Amino acid sequence: MRNRDLAFWLFLTPVLAALIIVVIIPLLFGFYYSFTNWNGLGRLDFIGLENYVNLFNDNAFLSAFWFTVKFSIASIVLINIIGLGLALLVTSKLKSSNFLRTVFFMPNLIGGLILGFIWQFIFIKVFGSIGDLLGIESLNGWLSTTDTGFWGLVILTAWQMAGYIMIIYIAYLQAVPGDLLEAAEIDGANAFQRFRHITFPLVAPAFTVSLFLTLSHSFKIYDQNLSLTGGAPYNSTEMVAMNIIRSAFTDNEMAYAQSKAVIFFVIVAIISLLQVYFNKKREVEL
Amino acid sequence: MERKKWQLRILGLIGILLALLWLSPFYLMIVNAFKSKRDIFADTLGLPQEFTSDNFIQAFEQLDFLRTLLNSLVISGLSVGIIIVFSAMAAYALSRNKSKLSSVIFFIFVAAMLIPFQSVMIPLISQFGQFGMLNRAGLIIMYLGFGCSLSIFLYHGTLKGIPQSLDEAAKIDGANRFQVFWYIIFPLLKPMSITVGILNVIWIWNDYLLPSLVLGEAGTETIPLKLFYFFGQYTKQWHLALAGLTLSIIPVIVAYFFAQKQIIKGISDGAVK
Repeated sequence: MRNRDLAFWLFLTPVLAALIIVVIIPLLFGFYYSFTNWNGLGRLDFIGLENYVNLFNDNAFLSAFWFTVKFSIASIVLINIIGLGLALLVTSKLKSSNFLRTVFFMPNLIGGLILGFIWQFIFIKVFGSIGDLLGIESLNGWLSTTDTGFWGLVILTAWQMAGYIMIIYIAYLQAVPGDLLEAAEIDGANAFQRFRHITFPLVAPAFTVSLFLTLSHSFKIYDQNLSLTGGAPYNSTEMVAMNIIRSAFTDNEMAYAQSKAVIFFVIVAIISLLQVYFNKKREVEL
Repeated sequence: MERKKWQLRILGLIGILLALLWLSPFYLMIVNAFKSKRDIFADTLGLPQEFTSDNFIQAFEQLDFLRTLLNSLVISGLSVGIIIVFSAMAAYALSRNKSKLSSVIFFIFVAAMLIPFQSVMIPLISQFGQFGMLNRAGLIIMYLGFGCSLSIFLYHGTLKGIPQSLDEAAKIDGANRFQVFWYIIFPLLKPMSITVGILNVIWIWNDYLLPSLVLGEAGTETIPLKLFYFFGQYTKQWHLALAGLTLSIIPVIVAYFFAQKQIIKGISDGAVK
């Protein structure tokens, strides 16, 4: 197939047209809108960097941003520890390992919106009644404070994502040669030593993959945020994605919301590029 | 040897306990969906005093469940179908064309994966609105645009392993480009098509944000969208809310039950690439 061939272009047209209409044109217009005072209707004027300047004085946006950063760090650590733990468990020759895999992965099939609603019930009603039962006052009202709302979001995300990250770790764990582990065992290495000196170095690349995967995922979270806390109390558990959507479609500040979206794009792009870079570097080493 | 057996038994026990912990949110959702409002208040953790199906009947009607389910099936089915066919076609063209232009086009598709939805969302919705495309057809085009990048990337990897001599042999037998693709190449891509299908269906089936911005017309709602309205209506009435949640999860659990091997394989193929 050469560039001149009609077939080449016919094969590409449907996806190329969709990509241009859905991603490329909106992206270019988005950059342009972020320098205007567009409100979705009527005329728009070019106002230069005003939106971007306002953004750095916007406490709601800055606190949503900071909340997202803290949330991402806590979830990444938790998801990776649990994910690796689950992967080690289900690859350890248990009879139940297929069943366990199926169970741990299950939350990933269900949408974030639904999962958030289920956990809303758990944090409000179930935690409340366990608190009453055991006389632990602090289990009441889990989603009504900023701190416990934060941990609510982290717990939900860890429960959902750990099974996904587990799958990635399993793929790398299965590539660890079994005879190497056996030889080490015969030489007298205990389980911890075998993990530390053989398994761990060989699954290290999985860390880079899942670290950045969880990072870009937790940065973009919206559905879970909306259905679990809805940003309450007083927007203090609002993350960046939700802040952008609210200012665009509730407050109708289209151009201003778009300038936040541009900043968001730059950050997510940097994270993703770093991921590609580190993965490539690993490949060279191996 | 004896010691090793014990270690495995303990690990097995830990596994079962963790599995129960993992499943507990689903348990709590289901048992409470069968309780009356008063029962949930009295005892949240235990089994219902008496099982009531009233919650489900009311949730079924309020969610207009059959229609909502059909909407979700139609939108996910059509979107994933066209993503599979069109992405495979594009990946085929790109992998069989060794020019600079085709590497640039491939790079653009891959680079588009880096773009978060929120950064194109506002102009996208505004432009589709101006052309009167905020409807199901518009939604399916959007899913093609957002879903094709990863799909092309995955197909491209597989196509590199399919020898070009196969195309040439079919061509000598008198097949044109479309026939070569449709009768020779596309069937060979079947394992990858299953992976691509699974990855896209999970995302599209569960998507809430895009339908919430695009589907304005009553009666066209997908499950997540309808559930959002339903939940808002019954915020303080957990017995109904939970019955609605349980209903909407059933199709996914049924699908998982029948295709768990392919689903987990699809995810791991897609995730590690």
